[in-house]
Amino acid sequence: MPRVLLFGPARDVAGGASRTDLAGATVKDVLADGSARYGPVFADLCHHAQVWVNGEPADEATAVGDADEVALLPPVSGG
Amino acid sequence: MTGTAPAGQPAPTREPAPPAQGNTWVALSAAPLPVDEIARWAKEPPSGAVVLFCGCVRDHSPGRTGVVALEYEAYDGPALRRMEEVADAARRRWPAVGRLAIVHRVGLLQVSDDAVAVAVASPHRDDAFEAARYCIDTVKATVPLWKRERWTGDADSPGGEDWGTCAHDLEAVEP
Repeated sequence: MPRVLLFGPARDVAGGASRTDLAGATVKDVLADGSARYGPVFADLCHHAQVWVNGEPADEATAVGDADEVALLPPVSGG
Repeated sequence: MTGTAPAGQPAPTREPAPPAQGNTWVALSAAPLPVDEIARWAKEPPSGAVVLFCGCVRDHSPGRTGVVALEYEAYDGPALRRMEEVADAARRRWPAVGRLAIVHRVGLLQVSDDAVAVAVASPHRDDAFEAARYCIDTVKATVPLWKRERWTGDADSPGGEDWGTCAHDLEAVEP
């Protein structure tokens, strides 16, 4: 199961956790598992967030495994 | 403020130190930014201009009065790599640039604390001004950082705590 990191507002829609494990062989599957677990607010956030795998931008088709780190990055506000 | 730890690796709590070698200083810091040292470090004999930009915490944001604190979190490793990409891109655009620093604070900040410092040195001021402006604008657009605000409000609007209102989609650094 890939390790999933949740940043900023993504934590708020996942019960406050900054890390979680979600099942799936692709990014799309992982996000679907998150939506099933955390509900429509998580699914809605996914539409506005980027997903990076192992620190690099990825897309829905990107394959992921147990050793991978999937990060959910909502819109940013640095600087 | 949030009660939950950020997801990335914790940034060093010690004040960041200048790099042992090289012309680029990129860092995330949970300690107050050493802006004086950053400006001093940027200066070297070929440089006739040093531009230092500090982004600092202000006491209001859109729709929020009486902002008293901010908390920044970063996706640490990728954020640092993005900041290095910004520095590299600035050098490609302004090849005369000498020393260049981009240092961003993380953790809890109070009003007037420095959130980010950019210093750019070059032989002449035009390049330093333009490159510094490019760096801060591109950092804001491309680095995975999030800001949470706490505000007290006033007689007409309640206080609260929530993520920054000016969030925008994360962009890539253009080559």
